[in-house]
Amino acid sequence: MTTSFLDAPAPASPPPTRRSSRPPRRRKPVLPWLLLSATLVVLGVFTGYPIVRLVVMSFQEYERAQLMGTPAEWVGFDNYVSILTDLDGFWTVLLRSFVVMVICVVLTMVIGTLLALLMMRLGKGLRVLVSVGLLLAWAMPPLSATIVWGWIFDTEYGIVNNLLTRITGDRWFGHSWLLDPLTFFMILVIIVVWGAVPFVAFTMYAGLTQIPGEVIEAAQLDGASALQRFRLVQIPYVSGIITVLIVLSMIWDLRLFTQVFALQTIGGDREATNTIGVYIFQTGMAQGHYGVAGAIGVIFVFIMMGLSSYYVRRTVQEEEL
Amino acid sequence: MSAVESRTVQAGLGIRPQAGPARTSGRGGPARRVGDVVWGLVAVAVFAMSAFPVYWMINTSFLPNSAIRGEDIAFFPTPDLFTMRNYVSVITDESRAAFTPAMWNSIWVTTLTVFLAMILGFLASLALTRFKFKGRRTFILLILVVQMLPGEAMFISLFRIIDSWHMLNTVIGLVLVYLAGVLPFTIWTLRGFVNGVPAELEEAAMIDGCTKAGAFWRVTFPLLAPGLVATGVFALIQAWNEFILALIIMSRPESMTLPIWLRTFQQANEATNWGAMMAGSTLVALPVVIFFLFVQGRMTGGLVSGAVKG
Repeated sequence: MTTSFLDAPAPASPPPTRRSSRPPRRRKPVLPWLLLSATLVVLGVFTGYPIVRLVVMSFQEYERAQLMGTPAEWVGFDNYVSILTDLDGFWTVLLRSFVVMVICVVLTMVIGTLLALLMMRLGKGLRVLVSVGLLLAWAMPPLSATIVWGWIFDTEYGIVNNLLTRITGDRWFGHSWLLDPLTFFMILVIIVVWGAVPFVAFTMYAGLTQIPGEVIEAAQLDGASALQRFRLVQIPYVSGIITVLIVLSMIWDLRLFTQVFALQTIGGDREATNTIGVYIFQTGMAQGHYGVAGAIGVIFVFIMMGLSSYYVRRTVQEEEL
Repeated sequence: MSAVESRTVQAGLGIRPQAGPARTSGRGGPARRVGDVVWGLVAVAVFAMSAFPVYWMINTSFLPNSAIRGEDIAFFPTPDLFTMRNYVSVITDESRAAFTPAMWNSIWVTTLTVFLAMILGFLASLALTRFKFKGRRTFILLILVVQMLPGEAMFISLFRIIDSWHMLNTVIGLVLVYLAGVLPFTIWTLRGFVNGVPAELEEAAMIDGCTKAGAFWRVTFPLLAPGLVATGVFALIQAWNEFILALIIMSRPESMTLPIWLRTFQQANEATNWGAMMAGSTLVALPVVIFFLFVQGRMTGGLVSGAVKG
């Protein structure tokens, strides 16, 4: 209320009438901040402050000793230099994360779109069947999902090795899928894509059903084949949706943690299968190089901000902020 | 990323669900009928592939070790195989972190996160929609950007902050961290919902004699119910499934949440007991899966209506 007095118009202007046309909200700049206060505190303390600490830590020598109370020394850009010159460590992990991300995004988008087209083509009963299947995959917690896939591909008793033995006649029991980094990532991609496809499929389906039937019919009358209709009519209509889906999938797949971490625990060479999130965890929490991990974290934040800037800008435009 | 978040993303893209696609043509020649059969088979295959892991998890959880490790594949827990032993051993096993406290920790953390997120998110969305003030636009932008910050980058400094405040292994410490994680999304979504309710509705009620607050409570608030449900479900799934932060903050056996409890099965160095692990996975997954299947239909309409621009 104090503010509204301070902000009150000069006495020369006529006093506002009881039912002024001016909305009353304009006169209370305190109330909105009061409503926001709790949120501001939580976000400030548990998001803003950690970011500041992260940046500070990335410029310090921070090891286990510092955690015990030894004062941390400022080392300037030393942590960054050691990361950016670490070809076998950081760069390999970063490249690996990007390769996994690209494979996951491409597969998720292609399979998701194909499933959306399939659902367009199906009658109601079968469409519900497909939807229920996708919903189940969608609702599974990532950790449970990873453990189940780990069981499916288990070395000794997994159903995959069992079936392969039956089909090929060779003995597959004892074949470890997770030990070889290549097949480790194959299984990781299966887990991630399996969990991510439903969202893309449902969104694409919803988008495709928005296209007016007349447009497709007109194309059909003009003699366009199914493939041409898809490429020249349907895709342009949903191009906005596709772009956002790709950006979001890229962000989510680069942030993979639970699946990689749990799969490594089931079996697998941590060194050869780390992605960026897990690498930060290993460097910081497991090995105690907090300063270096902090610097990787800062670099990771920049990468994510760069990737999401397009999404943020687009949202701002659409919402006319 | 959860399904609920995705739903709202869809809403943000301006997608409205329809009853179904219009069939592109009514012709039904023999080629078309053959096609229908082929697509039907593909549909069944898709269902089988997406549902298989869930089915396999539940199936294995009811099998005895002899069947799990046998050369024959047991596709169903037939009466001669069916056993509850996996569940009993998982719930009562004394050798690792106990199930019951982990369950209660998860329930408490989830409930508090949902409750606080809805209250704070609601208040903040109110401020951002029904008031015009300096800094409003900046705050909305900030919310959008914060949403994209990778928690994976920050958990080390979060751990140190929580540690220095002696909040490690406390429910409230984890809840506050989760709250910071889900709030941006909650505010963003609820803001859409409040925007969707035209201010004229409230003004009409005020002309009829309601106070500003009264008009809000009686007119706008009931219309926000779907939005509150949607954001509540989002917070619930996030808090129930979250793994990394719980892993570093709740490390003591008695303060573990369910995902961390499930992880203790992996650490045992003897041959993996898949029956027990599947029973554990089922116990962790089932509440979310059932809940999600149950709300999904109701939520879709609500979330999409939140996207309607007022």
